[in-house]
Amino acid sequence: MTISDSSSGAGTEAQDSAPQNAAPDGASTGDSTPANTGSRGTRRLGVAALLATAALLLFGLVLSPPEASQAEAVRLFYLHLPSVAVAYLGFFITMVASIIYLRKGSLFWDLVAGSAAEIGVVFSAFMLISGSLWGRPTWGVYWVWDPRLTSTTVMVVMYIGYLAVRRLELPPEVRSRRAAVLGIVSFLNVIVVRYSVKWWRGVHQGETVGLDTQMDGLQLFSFFVGLVAFMLIFAWMLIHRFRISWLRHEIDEQALAQALAERRAETNATGLLGRKN
Amino acid sequence: MIQPPGQIPWPSHWFAGQNCDDALYRGDVSDGEESTAGPASGAEGAEALIADPVVELDDAVSLIDRFPAVAGLDLTVHKGDIVLLRGPNGAGKSTLLRLCAGLAPLSAGQGSVLGHDLASRVGRRSLRRQAGLLAHQTFLYDELTVEENVLFWARANRIDTASVEPVLDRLALSNRLKRVKVSNLSAGQRRRTSLAVLVVRRPRLWLLDEPHAGLDVNGRDFVDGLVKHAVAFGATVMLASHDFDRAAEIATRTVVIDGGQAYDQAQPQALREDEPNFQPPAEATAANGSTEANGSTEANGNTEVDSGVAPAAESG
Amino acid sequence: MAGKDLRIEFTSRVVTAQILPFGFLILIMFGLAIPPELLVVGDARRSVLEEVAPALFWLAVLLSALMALGRAFAVEAHDGNLDALRMAGIDPAGVFLGKALAVTAELVMVEIVLGLGAFVVFDAPLANPVMLAVTIVLATAGVTLAGTLYAALAAGQRARDTLVPLLVLPVLAPVLLGATLATRDALFDEPGVAGWSWTMLLAVFALLYVGVGTLAFGPLLEET
Repeated sequence: MTISDSSSGAGTEAQDSAPQNAAPDGASTGDSTPANTGSRGTRRLGVAALLATAALLLFGLVLSPPEASQAEAVRLFYLHLPSVAVAYLGFFITMVASIIYLRKGSLFWDLVAGSAAEIGVVFSAFMLISGSLWGRPTWGVYWVWDPRLTSTTVMVVMYIGYLAVRRLELPPEVRSRRAAVLGIVSFLNVIVVRYSVKWWRGVHQGETVGLDTQMDGLQLFSFFVGLVAFMLIFAWMLIHRFRISWLRHEIDEQALAQALAERRAETNATGLLGRKN
Repeated sequence: MIQPPGQIPWPSHWFAGQNCDDALYRGDVSDGEESTAGPASGAEGAEALIADPVVELDDAVSLIDRFPAVAGLDLTVHKGDIVLLRGPNGAGKSTLLRLCAGLAPLSAGQGSVLGHDLASRVGRRSLRRQAGLLAHQTFLYDELTVEENVLFWARANRIDTASVEPVLDRLALSNRLKRVKVSNLSAGQRRRTSLAVLVVRRPRLWLLDEPHAGLDVNGRDFVDGLVKHAVAFGATVMLASHDFDRAAEIATRTVVIDGGQAYDQAQPQALREDEPNFQPPAEATAANGSTEANGSTEANGNTEVDSGVAPAAESG
Repeated sequence: MAGKDLRIEFTSRVVTAQILPFGFLILIMFGLAIPPELLVVGDARRSVLEEVAPALFWLAVLLSALMALGRAFAVEAHDGNLDALRMAGIDPAGVFLGKALAVTAELVMVEIVLGLGAFVVFDAPLANPVMLAVTIVLATAGVTLAGTLYAALAAGQRARDTLVPLLVLPVLAPVLLGATLATRDALFDEPGVAGWSWTMLLAVFALLYVGVGTLAFGPLLEET
């Protein structure tokens, strides 16, 4: 349980200790039900994430200069942009995991897909909120029909639907298979929607969320830090979420074995028939 | 008529020129003289094509929504058998039939039906075309008429639609009833229509889930006759029924299903006479230690006494 | 697939009587809810209602489509027919395309009537009928194809009507966009809107879903 060396929060620190994610299966598969979903790897990861976040805060709030037209509000962007990236990454992982699941049928990938989607939705929601908060001081409104915002909203709803499908009451394999199909198709949809909406906005000459203004080196670097920080957080959350799903599955399996035994015990002539049970 | 592969060859004359009035339906099924020419040739052709044993399940487990409806079941059925499945409600008879139809999954254990491996998706898929299931659900479209339904399912199964008409005749569904919407039929007539769909497909393995339910005496006689005919032409039949007496008459074997497992019984009549310790499952009391088991554990037609099966606690 | 077209016959006998009036009703409701002031848009003077007519029309279509799709699958789930379809060994792609074809035909019929109604109620001009026709066909195909796929995803043994809209509508956003804009161009001939590029988008969408649906329906239909 060693805590990886901590030092003062300079941005580079985070990049060094960025994981080599310790194999997630270590803590869960072999053992009997562990007490929590932590492990050496995730602790390191967690600390790294914290450090990176600290660095981000440092850079974002203090060190980087306020931007010309948008003043202090641009700092929100340090949160906003990385969460977008991470959300898309999450959904991409869902798609890939779904494809692999359909090919291989192993539960691992199904759980990965589900976990990634959940976290993706969380980050997307965060992005929407931060975007909305950013909009207020900048334009005076909470919402604007900008292509990215619109398409992201649609994307969030799509994946909420995905999560709903995962909760359907169906035999597990059937449900997983459907969710996998949906996971793949949803990402394709995301791409289609993005392009359509962008196109659409072009038609109407609407305002776009501009980030194409000049950025000096420090701001750029802050963004970078933010990106890394969020990636770490994402990875950490993903691993934990996955383990939770895995544990839940294990519990179900045990319940199943028990149900099997009970079922067989409905007839109690088994001893006489010498049947193996 | 070109026989689709995997179907038993039913001689066309069996369907041709029948009087399609209710006299036939009323139990006049003893037209065996017509089919004397049939079975010989038909069955021979069929012999070559059907794998034997037809059903082979080894410690099969089938999970329905995480519930082990079939829990470690051993069963072997040979070609030409008429197997009666008995057992309390919830014992797993329906699931077993669906398993043999390729619709229920094989979650553990091994099984092969009609030569197809139940564990593989491909196997199940090919099995489905050759097995016929008559279930509680009717598999019919309510808004369509009888004729349209049967025609649709014939087309869906890629069966020559010319064979539909004779089947409808045989099942006394011609004339007036043909053009009636399924939703306007009585339950018994609906069952007959489902049966017609099954017959049209001419499957090698008939899986009937309580075929007698909802039918009057004539209807039940009729089903029995149909079953005997089918077997004479090389089919194998598994049926689940609560109408013990009637079903026992046509069955060649009886298997008790309880708690997701199968326990074989000898010919019921023989059982009653020769086995003084026989206790019908419904009345088991403290009979648990009262008889010794004879025979092996293989559910293979050996006379194993199923004694003292406790009335299953109602489950699932 | 031929067998599925059979379904078109009987379904239209029973169902179009309900869904079509529903769609029409929506149009009327929209008309009631939106004030008929005049605006100046470009060179033409149009009322608010006219302006949004395309959008309203397609919204009405989408909602009707949801009902139609729900209905299409309810029919199958009703008496275990899905099981029987599996037993029959039908190619799942055939099921998919067949269903989609049937629903598309129904919807197109509905749209034609709705469209006529919309012209009357909203008093809109018509600049480019060909574009309109193409748009209608492509958009409907897209809606149906995607909708059929998602309806199958959401349907269980008990047809789950509440989930389908949630799944399908976000997906259909591009179709809504494309159809609305193309229709605008077809009606008003606006210079800024390139109607034909939008119809291309619709075509791409439809093709995409033909492919995806055909591939995906196999695993979906396998209930075991």
